[in-house]
Amino acid sequence: MKIGINGDSAIALAWKQIDPDVCAAYPITPQTIIVERFSDFVADGEVETEFVTTESEHSAMTVCIGSASAGARTVTATASAGMAYMWEMIGIASGMRLPITMAVANRALSAPLNIHCDHSDVMSTRDTGWILLFAENVQEAYDNAIMSMRIAEHEDVRLPVMHNLDGFILTHAIERMTTLDTHAVKDFVGEYRTKHSLLDIKNPITHGVMDLQDYYFEHKYQLVEAMERSKAAIDEVFEDFAKISGRKYEMLEAYRCEDAEYVTVVIGSTAGTMKETVDLLREEGHKVGVIKVRVYRPFPTERFKELLAGRKKVAVMDRHVSLGSAGPMFNEICASVIDLEDSPEVVNYIYGLGGRDVPVSDLKEVYMNMIEGKCNKVNFLGVRL
Amino acid sequence: MSKMNVKELLPGGMIIEPGSAINFETGDWRSSRPILEREKCIDCLTCWIYCPDDSVLTKDGRMEGFRYSHCKGCGICARVCPKDAIRMEPEGV
Repeated sequence: MKIGINGDSAIALAWKQIDPDVCAAYPITPQTIIVERFSDFVADGEVETEFVTTESEHSAMTVCIGSASAGARTVTATASAGMAYMWEMIGIASGMRLPITMAVANRALSAPLNIHCDHSDVMSTRDTGWILLFAENVQEAYDNAIMSMRIAEHEDVRLPVMHNLDGFILTHAIERMTTLDTHAVKDFVGEYRTKHSLLDIKNPITHGVMDLQDYYFEHKYQLVEAMERSKAAIDEVFEDFAKISGRKYEMLEAYRCEDAEYVTVVIGSTAGTMKETVDLLREEGHKVGVIKVRVYRPFPTERFKELLAGRKKVAVMDRHVSLGSAGPMFNEICASVIDLEDSPEVVNYIYGLGGRDVPVSDLKEVYMNMIEGKCNKVNFLGVRL
Repeated sequence: MSKMNVKELLPGGMIIEPGSAINFETGDWRSSRPILEREKCIDCLTCWIYCPDDSVLTKDGRMEGFRYSHCKGCGICARVCPKDAIRMEPEGV
């Protein structure tokens, strides 16, 4: 069925169809609509979910960790400052291998105080052992919410997943979207069964142990392996999702890249504007393309190598700056292509911080600067100097 | 005991054997040891209540001494004893 819906409500709808066991969350702009809508479903008896209203995001993630340890399918959502506040517990959720899924409505971190979109919140968690998915539009935000559950709970993975959507641009804008049948969603995610539940009193277990010099490193290495294994699991889930939805996703989506000499790499809603830009420049005869990143963790290094080998120039678009360095994706793509024989020249564009609008004219400039050789190594798109 | 490797360890540091803390002997942390002076002891078991490590041994309501494999030598038992029946002696002297 086709409906008009904003990204936050689309995620609440996905949760309604999944009917998870527990949701523990605290509202924060621009994520608020997700938990508001979902608490309506709980209050109206449309789901059986236990909704735990906590006094903070730190507590929200703590409740999620407890509930997932007990064997309950658990969801939450946050953004920006809320994510910063729960940061300590984010690493605990992954370190304890709990398949929690969390919607993140990407918003700039303070200061200065700003409620609009950039990726500084989620990028601060890229080293924590969570799988990171991103959406270009409302449809993908809905689809990612459903697929996240299967990825997180996959027995080869057992890692928490963040499914990100750009604050306001996707959370609040109403787009047309195709819903899935609720039975199809329920069949797709299946019933969640954990091997070791804290509530299984016949088989008592300890969760959340202390691990010193003797074992910590081995447990971290298990996370390294789980992340690596998750690549195949993610492909499998994308494959299965295509069967029920007709929408086939990839970790990296290459748009008009076949013969492209100048390529941009972009995350989130800007991918849509970038495709439009590519179409316009193609009409003018420029060989340009764009790669959209759906999965940032695990980082698809090998696929980047395949897609970027032999290009003349690549502009990596980061909606976040690692202050004192450059954009995080830029650094990782440079590391990925450095040992290619036909490695492209790679440049970085920091863009859209604090929700700064990113029109086609700006993105055209990125391509034209590449073509005309006017780029610096690291560029700040549209900032008034 | 050889340490388990990445393949042998359960994910997330989970432990599925209950009560396994008994296998972790903390007695070698001790720098002084409690000594029971049996003739002063009235078996009130205040030491047993206060011991943070379950290292006071009892049998049928009677104080029987200490589990030195786990006693860390904190001295709380000696401090709380109403009859001064426990004295702390330095280790390795």
